[in-house]
Amino acid sequence: MGAARDRVIDRDGFDRLIALLGELGYRTIGPVVRDGSIMHGEVSGTEDLPAGWHDIQAPGRYRLVHEGDGELFGWAVGPASWKSEFFKPTETLWRASLRDGAVAIDVPPREERPVAIVGARPCELTALDILDRVLAGGAVPDDRYAARRAGALIIAVECGRPAATCFCTSMGTGPGAEDGFDLALTELVGVDHRFYVRVGSTAGGELLERVDSRAAIEADWESRRTVVEGARARMGRTMETDGLAALLARNLEHPRWDDVAERCLSCGNCTLVCPTCFCADVKDVSEVDGTLERTRTWASCFDVDHSYLHGGPVRPTIATRYRQWLTHKLSTWWDQFDTSGCVGCGRCIAWCPVGIDITEEAAAIRGTDGAAAEVEPR
Amino acid sequence: MLADATVHDGDAGQFVPRPYVVVGRREEAADVVTLALEPTEGAMPPFRHGQFNMVTSFGRGEIAVSMSNAPGAPGPMEHSIRRVGAVSEALCAAPVGSLVGIRGPFGTSWGIDDVEDGADVVVLAGGIGLAPLRGAIRDLVARQEEGRGRVFVLAGARSPDQILFHDDLRAWQRHGVHVGISVDVAAPGWKGVVGVVTALLPRAPFEVTRSMALLCGPEIMMRFGGRALVDRGVDPWRIRVSLERNMQCGIGLCGHCQLGPLLVCRDGPIVRYGGLADVLFMERNR
Amino acid sequence: MSGAVRDLLAGHGFLAGFPAEAVDLLAERGEIYTFRPGTLLFREGGKADYVYLITKGHVAIEVHAPALGPIVVETIDAGHVVGLSWAAPPFRYQFDARAMDDVEAVGLDSEGLRASLAQYPVFGFLFLDRLAAVTLERLQATRVRLLDLYGKSDAR
Repeated sequence: MGAARDRVIDRDGFDRLIALLGELGYRTIGPVVRDGSIMHGEVSGTEDLPAGWHDIQAPGRYRLVHEGDGELFGWAVGPASWKSEFFKPTETLWRASLRDGAVAIDVPPREERPVAIVGARPCELTALDILDRVLAGGAVPDDRYAARRAGALIIAVECGRPAATCFCTSMGTGPGAEDGFDLALTELVGVDHRFYVRVGSTAGGELLERVDSRAAIEADWESRRTVVEGARARMGRTMETDGLAALLARNLEHPRWDDVAERCLSCGNCTLVCPTCFCADVKDVSEVDGTLERTRTWASCFDVDHSYLHGGPVRPTIATRYRQWLTHKLSTWWDQFDTSGCVGCGRCIAWCPVGIDITEEAAAIRGTDGAAAEVEPR
Repeated sequence: MLADATVHDGDAGQFVPRPYVVVGRREEAADVVTLALEPTEGAMPPFRHGQFNMVTSFGRGEIAVSMSNAPGAPGPMEHSIRRVGAVSEALCAAPVGSLVGIRGPFGTSWGIDDVEDGADVVVLAGGIGLAPLRGAIRDLVARQEEGRGRVFVLAGARSPDQILFHDDLRAWQRHGVHVGISVDVAAPGWKGVVGVVTALLPRAPFEVTRSMALLCGPEIMMRFGGRALVDRGVDPWRIRVSLERNMQCGIGLCGHCQLGPLLVCRDGPIVRYGGLADVLFMERNR
Repeated sequence: MSGAVRDLLAGHGFLAGFPAEAVDLLAERGEIYTFRPGTLLFREGGKADYVYLITKGHVAIEVHAPALGPIVVETIDAGHVVGLSWAAPPFRYQFDARAMDDVEAVGLDSEGLRASLAQYPVFGFLFLDRLAAVTLERLQATRVRLLDLYGKSDAR
């Protein structure tokens, strides 16, 4: 049985919730259909959400199909992740003007409106938690990121229809939402269309009190459990995580790296869609009139210049760059941040143009642990 | 003509450089210039031996440079910079009175404050690697003069005209410090050692069982040097090396400086050799 | 011991003029290895447990450095020997050796070789005499290369 303060709302209640967020001054972002995908956009009500849309995902494949049902969250994840709301794809860090040997440095003011997220998946909650550690948990935290995160309100929605590319159960990040949310909804479709609501914070509780809801009863809890356990049972993929970090650390010379390099285009799509990738370029740009700008822009370890040191890149081949990405995500992330970097969202699998599957690559190395390519006696 | 700098900042601008003015400059050997810097406002933050700043040449960019003066010593902060790219060239050309930006100090230190009394410290430097060690050597020389333990300075350069901090090396020698200098290739008139810098080790009578070693220079040099020290009997866990990777933020946020399990700006650049750098050095293209 | 190993050794430049019994003795310690182009015969830092007499192809002695490597410091042809680090402490390879094309070599295992050399001192002297000659030649050549006779190089 759920918590005593679990409630149930209907679609009207959900509408009211979203409208309230706008009234409270939040910039409310939710899933919308755009360019044939589930993307993120401003929403003012449930009519903006992807009602009746379902996704079909596979390595290198993503399709949306529309069915007549009114299910709002009958899909897994799209290419967009919530990291772009807190860790901007590009950001001006400061501007300065150089005049007569003097420098005046100006830091742009922070945005005014906090962000409210409607429809964050459980895997994405973990991804944001991981990013909190990376960007705000160190000795020198990114203050702007931390402020945006602190001011945000998150309404999570649990998964009922995992995609074939999902493996959150292997990574311990879903399909149920544990924490990191203000409210967690589970969409229940059947005789009626309602949402099981769990409160995750004081702010979430206060928000919920302002919409019509009823107390959740045993049957509601059972329905929620059915959705979440059903999703768990239908999970599309698995990743064996037992000893995975150490496995990869001792297989840096495995022939699989050359094998995947023959397929990998080093395009960096995986890093773009990954909800935890955080690499960024910090660059100074100057104008003719003496104004300077320092910006921070998303970067990818697949870029050949990413590891540039005087002379050339440290990782000059696709094999070495793919190895960096995979070993960082599944192995050295633990050394650096005491957590895995992967949440099992499967985006990298779907959005890789050649369909490279992170779970398959890890399994292949596990299957031939210790393989080496070099010496061969006749 | 002191320059004027104002910072309008409400945030804790961890990406915002603090303006420092160039109060002195010195052309060293080997395409290296030492800049003496003082903040335009306020005091210099304390730093530890071997740490680095992110130094901004306004209009060009920012690079990581270790401090080459001793922390706590009176006088300006010093950065010895080698001309290898656009930003370093601009910094090397900065005239007295001009402004540079400083963020820092960042990174790990040589850890010489922890050395127990009586222990020998061997410093092995190759080329520009002497610069991040200079502050530490100065304090180790003072430590030797106080009778708390010896320091051995072994420096390698390409050729005699590329030897850095000649005056310091001679001064240390005059203070009774064992100073060994080797060049790969001699020039007419050179009467010193010609050979790899590790060839200076057999001539340095340090007590291996109680020694600590600090290495800085090209990675190949640190690799061979580390092995040579271990072969000689020095405890690999008491050997420290200075790692280098592409650095852009200096504060562990941008991911560029990763080297396997480390973020070099945060977990380095100075790390122990035994059980860490010795393994990392052997991992290719990592 | 296979006849193939013995034949390869008998015709190898490093062992030219060796008495037949000495060649037989070495053949007992030897095995034929093949290396595809680009693969490493051995790595810097590895235990120097083999010395290779190259019978086909070319081997590059290399040093690796981040953003620079691998840098070829010398190339060794068929008829010559690679892996001299087996001969002296610390008995670890100091460089990488990479096959530049299809390489065939007779690998002699260090421990067995050392045992044979100790057991048959006359043969031992012959072998180490050859080794000294090779090492001297390479050292002298390296010194001449250090002179940078041809002026400024644009290779880093």
